[in-house]
Amino acid sequence: MHPILKLVVQRIALGLALLLAVSLVIFLGTEALPGDTAQAILGQSATPEALANLREKLGLNLPAHERYLNWLWAALHGDLGVALTNGVDIAQSIGQRLGNTLFLASCAAVISVPLAIGLGLVAARYNGRWPDKLISGITLTTISLPEFVAAYFVIYLLTQVFPLFQPVAMVFPGMGFWEKLQAVALPVIVLVMVVLAHMMRMTRAAILNVMQSAYIETAELKGLSPMQVIWRHALPNSIAPILSVVILNLAYLVVGVVVVEVVFSYNALGQYLVDHVTKRDLPVVQAVGLIFAGVYIALNILADVISIVANPRLRHPK
Amino acid sequence: MRLPFSAMLGIFLTGAFVFMAVFAQFLAPYPIDAAVGGVWEDPSATHWLGTDTIGRDIFSRLIYGGQITIFVALASSLLAFSTGAFFGFMAAVKGGWVDQVMSRIVDLVMAIPSLIVALVILSVLPLNLTVLIFVIGLLDSTRVFRLSRAVAMDIAVMDYVEAAKLRGEKQTWIIFREILPNALSPLVAEFGLRFIFAVLFISTLSFLGLGIQPPLADWGGMVKENKDGLIYGKAAALMPALAIASLAISVNLVADWILSRTTSLKGGRGA
Repeated sequence: MHPILKLVVQRIALGLALLLAVSLVIFLGTEALPGDTAQAILGQSATPEALANLREKLGLNLPAHERYLNWLWAALHGDLGVALTNGVDIAQSIGQRLGNTLFLASCAAVISVPLAIGLGLVAARYNGRWPDKLISGITLTTISLPEFVAAYFVIYLLTQVFPLFQPVAMVFPGMGFWEKLQAVALPVIVLVMVVLAHMMRMTRAAILNVMQSAYIETAELKGLSPMQVIWRHALPNSIAPILSVVILNLAYLVVGVVVVEVVFSYNALGQYLVDHVTKRDLPVVQAVGLIFAGVYIALNILADVISIVANPRLRHPK
Repeated sequence: MRLPFSAMLGIFLTGAFVFMAVFAQFLAPYPIDAAVGGVWEDPSATHWLGTDTIGRDIFSRLIYGGQITIFVALASSLLAFSTGAFFGFMAAVKGGWVDQVMSRIVDLVMAIPSLIVALVILSVLPLNLTVLIFVIGLLDSTRVFRLSRAVAMDIAVMDYVEAAKLRGEKQTWIIFREILPNALSPLVAEFGLRFIFAVLFISTLSFLGLGIQPPLADWGGMVKENKDGLIYGKAAALMPALAIASLAISVNLVADWILSRTTSLKGGRGA
């Protein structure tokens, strides 16, 4: 087998093992902690018989490992169970909301990735001069703000000082694409702000790292303009670290959306998770937690695979 | 050595926040949970930052809120440091399967975003200060573990550690008397960053309604309470958010300064 393929397969296998371990942690973490699901559904005044009946019905009398395997087996077949609070099928509730979350996250990704790389290039080009200092200063400030704080500054600025947008983001199934885009403008701006800083700083660092090389000096000496040097020689050689940090930040978007959705009352997966944590609806929390963890791990693996594939030393083994 | 302006500003602001937190009971003009004015009053001489959605004094609540935010963040970052550093040093000194087991557990926890782990755990546990401090502290300790393990790995191969081992010193002596003093400076800078992480984390949880519960108030919870005020154009509703941001930035400035000092120290030694 080609060594690069072997590495990639290894990495994916490791990721799947990790996902399995994470599912175990999520299941046992919620099951092993004190608290009784049957009691939670029926309330404190439930009779012992009713509790015993419900435990029987939910399969709570089975040993923990059997329940874990049943849960995992069902989840792999798309059956996530029903919510305790209202008895609605979880997979059905998730479907539409997952779409909304992905729409929000991909809008943020489509804007932030090119913007971050562009700003990183400019900052690297003018390293140490005012454009670099300005960009670095602004990104340093946004990097230390939590999502919801950034969100409220943006809301204040863009709905009160300059009344351009609505402070809530509502999307309905029947909405057209443009209407949807307009509705999510504010949350997308916030998410872009939150992930931009880190991506941009890593791009700048990766480019500056390559700029030390001898071939850059050659390119400069043969008379290329600084931007051409960066575009033609530095960027292609630093694409691996840039791509991997970009994807890691997209993984970070997964967490960012949870808070931002709550800020803007955006009806999607993060809001759904937070609501059901408050209601202590375990099956929902386990299912949604697993989805978020799964996406996060998958993106992390993707970042690893890309940096393996993009590494010329691994691509052309001796 | 001359103090750079950013560090000076950071130390001054951090000090001011800590001072307000410690003496909140004496500084706050009104009690934390009493309606002392009309709803959404504008800032005035009696209410410096105006009043909130049920007529409580925002300035007083901000001071009390700071006390709780800083207390929870400090307690959980201390917890994160004591457990993270202890196990990190132990993993580095013992090596072998002890190191393997601990490192894999940490890898596993860090493979899921902290917020998701916290939400899953908090769906089962009761929401009180102790639980919150433990959840944040233990999640945060994974990062301290990695750092202190890496730092201790470098120190564990030094001659003086070897000498201590040959002298027949116990493991605890090696951890606390040989490794800890030499690992202290990178850990101190890290403490600042972990403290910020804890501030942001508890604020985020409270904002989501899963952190500090009323009648107690913290900054994250205050952002949540006051968010309607923002839509009516009350800038005072931004104050809790501003407080979180300025605390985070000022601690960051101090940590940056400590970090730059320790790295220049290392450079000077030629290490």
